[in-house]
Amino acid sequence: MKFRKRHLPEINTGSMADIAFLLLIFFLVTTTIDVDAGIQRKLPPIEEGPVPIIHQRNVLTILINANGKLMVEDQEVPLKELHEATLRFLDNNRDQSCSYCEGPGHHDLFDNPQKAVISLQSDRHTTYQLYVAVQNELNRAYQSLRNREAERLYGRKFEELDSSRQKKVSELFPKKISEAEPFKL
Amino acid sequence: MAKFKKKSGGGTPAISTASLPDIVFMLLFFFMVTTVMREVTLLVENTKPNATEIKKLERKSLVTYIYVGKPKQQYIPQVGSEPRVQLNDAFARVDEIQQYVITEREAINEAERPLMTVSIKADEDVKMGLITDIKQELRKANSLKINYSTRKGEVYGDE
Repeated sequence: MKFRKRHLPEINTGSMADIAFLLLIFFLVTTTIDVDAGIQRKLPPIEEGPVPIIHQRNVLTILINANGKLMVEDQEVPLKELHEATLRFLDNNRDQSCSYCEGPGHHDLFDNPQKAVISLQSDRHTTYQLYVAVQNELNRAYQSLRNREAERLYGRKFEELDSSRQKKVSELFPKKISEAEPFKL
Repeated sequence: MAKFKKKSGGGTPAISTASLPDIVFMLLFFFMVTTVMREVTLLVENTKPNATEIKKLERKSLVTYIYVGKPKQQYIPQVGSEPRVQLNDAFARVDEIQQYVITEREAINEAERPLMTVSIKADEDVKMGLITDIKQELRKANSLKINYSTRKGEVYGDE
């Protein structure tokens, strides 16, 4: 006996493409490929304990004034050189306790990276753009040192390490940026 | 013996469009997955400054946004041209930030509250005075993780 296939009428899928296109166009229009990225910072808590005593030598003071000029330790420095200047300070090894530093151990610079503090002071009229740029340069300095150490210890870049190793490397060059209230004119 | 019917007419056969929906769907899914709907309408000018050493913000649900900038042209008659703070869909005073951040934090699952990040989306022309006031408010609200929202790009642009 032969079974004859019953013939179901096929649904016309010709308009499927149109429907899909319609949705596609909707998403194309509403989409904003806006990756949210930025510079991460941690603010200090408001209740202030006793102020730790830090030797002046271990503080790198960066002033940003209202006219977009930078001053690093009483010397005017263009933005492009800030990265280098910060590196010089951070990598210094004055008290010889930092076995991984490559700096010359200059007298006026930081004792070692553990003690280093960067003090960032801005004016109320400094533009946000410059402030972010300075923060960026400081990040860049830390990042290049951390990359160097990551390369030395694990043979990889800092970003490619897992988080426990990243933490270890970060502790070699802890990021301590203190921000004073902007001075009023 | 099989019979083959000869097609009538010798023109080129029509290209099958049956796979067209599949292709379009594929594109559609791509956009559906990558899309981020704008959650607020911007009332302020917002050109973010450039930076290179940036970190991506993860976990969008834990991020609170604060927009800062000059009001857009059509709002200048009402609020003036001085840079203002925008929270959600309205202009706000700086001293409202503390309450706003606390309210937003309440909405987050308790275990994840310490991970909350405040993203400051400020225009590059805003002065630091205002930003510092905002940061001071955030410290008062004890919301210490912040993110200066930036674009990716070189920082030495205008020198």
